[in-house]
Amino acid sequence: MSVLIYTEFAEGKFKKVALELASYAKKVAESLGTTLTAVTVNAGDVSELGKYGVDKVLKVTDSKLDKFNAKAYADVVKQAAQKEGSKVVVLSSTTDSLYLAPIVAVGLDAGYASNVVALPVSTSPFQVKRNAFSSKGFNVTELTSDVKVLALAKNSFGLAEASGAAATEDFAVTLNDADFNIHIQNQEKASGKVSIADAEIVVSGGRGLKGPENWGMIEELAGVLGAATACSKPVSDLDWRPHSEHVGQTGKPVASNLYIAVGISGAIQHIAGINASKVKVVINSDPEAPFFKVADYGIVGDAFQIVPELTKKLKEFKANNN
Amino acid sequence: MKILVCISHVPDTTAKINFTNGDTEFDTNGVQFVINPNDEFGLTRAIWFKEKQGAHVTVVNVGGAETEATIRKALAIGADEAIRVNAVPTDGFAVAKQLAEVVKAGSYDVVICGKESLDYNGGMVPGMLASMLGYNFVNSCVGVEVEGSNATLIREIDGGKETLTTNLPLVIGGQKGIVEEKDLRIPNMRGIMTARTKALNVMEPVAADAKTKAVKFEKPAPKSAVKLISPDNLDELINLLHNEAKVI
Repeated sequence: MSVLIYTEFAEGKFKKVALELASYAKKVAESLGTTLTAVTVNAGDVSELGKYGVDKVLKVTDSKLDKFNAKAYADVVKQAAQKEGSKVVVLSSTTDSLYLAPIVAVGLDAGYASNVVALPVSTSPFQVKRNAFSSKGFNVTELTSDVKVLALAKNSFGLAEASGAAATEDFAVTLNDADFNIHIQNQEKASGKVSIADAEIVVSGGRGLKGPENWGMIEELAGVLGAATACSKPVSDLDWRPHSEHVGQTGKPVASNLYIAVGISGAIQHIAGINASKVKVVINSDPEAPFFKVADYGIVGDAFQIVPELTKKLKEFKANNN
Repeated sequence: MKILVCISHVPDTTAKINFTNGDTEFDTNGVQFVINPNDEFGLTRAIWFKEKQGAHVTVVNVGGAETEATIRKALAIGADEAIRVNAVPTDGFAVAKQLAEVVKAGSYDVVICGKESLDYNGGMVPGMLASMLGYNFVNSCVGVEVEGSNATLIREIDGGKETLTTNLPLVIGGQKGIVEEKDLRIPNMRGIMTARTKALNVMEPVAADAKTKAVKFEKPAPKSAVKLISPDNLDELINLLHNEAKVI
């Protein structure tokens, strides 16, 4: 009857979203009067999960699962849910977990709500609040099925430490040959760079930067803050920056703690893409730029003077506060 | 190759979002509806396959008669024929079930959906549809090539991308990148005239119970006014981000 979560493990540790997921799901489990089980795939040391409320870890170890495979990983989550008798299964909002979740939902004949931003409004009936209309609204969704699958929006709950240790159990999964019909040929991952998906802070540039040759100052500011870099749609359309950095309604959504927009006027589609970010700072020479209407902090002025100066001051601040 | 493109009828990206009837319904008053942008990228790629490899392209939408203008636009862009499943979409599960029936009846080799629609942003239908059909499925797809019964795809992953190969039949959850925005087609007069003569078949739905329902809607709380900081006082910004917002 446990609540079940699938926790992503990469490069020797659990992703932060996995720990946020555990923190959230523990509260859901408590409100349902039950325990929290996590399932892991080829994870090493899983003891950290106990610190975020996980009571039991089902450890799946299988070399066939070394590379992510949505169908096979969905089998893992489904079989773990069946073993635990879980009525609520919660996943993160990473690209991989969002790939998995609908497959898991069909496998468990479950209703599925994605973009969940808060603890359930009620557990009987089971209702959750989720982002909709590209964060321009919220929707309270009722899940009427016996089993429910949720995907938690990033940075929507935060981390909540608990005192406890998780029991671990090796769990063998039955995999189907048909699960392995999709073959990974190669992967290109930017190493040493913070990805928009994982970033707590995003520094983004727009057409106000005048050209790709000026991106150095955005990268430098991002470097000081440990932030990811991003851009507005016109910038990616002009090929100043790769499409993978385009933030907005048809690009990447950003739910960071801090979003710094430099030289971006704030088209409605861009704002929709960053609405879920907690704190927004805007630097723009045009005081009428629509972005100032949704920003928390704003500076009207020349980005080419402000950004290098801000970077310098932040370096000093970091040096004094570390 | 037979391609089915699933299109969703959604508010335009610039639409103001309001709710009505005690915040239980989306207010469609004055809202322009369009083909869901992620679906339009997929549709354009399908038309490319039609022109380069002789594919036959069908578009499908699950919706009431009010979605036919959107379906006609897809025909004007270049789809060969269209199907409207005459059901009000309730949730992703019910929509995927209707689409699965259409796929089974038409024996499509490739089914292209947008990875999510811009109204509920659920991201549910492509994966559910593939699962119901037992088809291979690639989500967050930013590139696709098909040769015979083999497909090579590029999908976005967190922090990069990966290249995959698989065989047909296949369901794709596509997004910007599967074609670029500059390559999207605007219907021309000839396309619009031809679209009027293309078949738009209406299918009655199969029984499909939704597993979720929208109970009510809320708008985000109004924001307090921006705090403006002088460009000559960047220390104040750092101080506010550290002590007030607590984000650095």
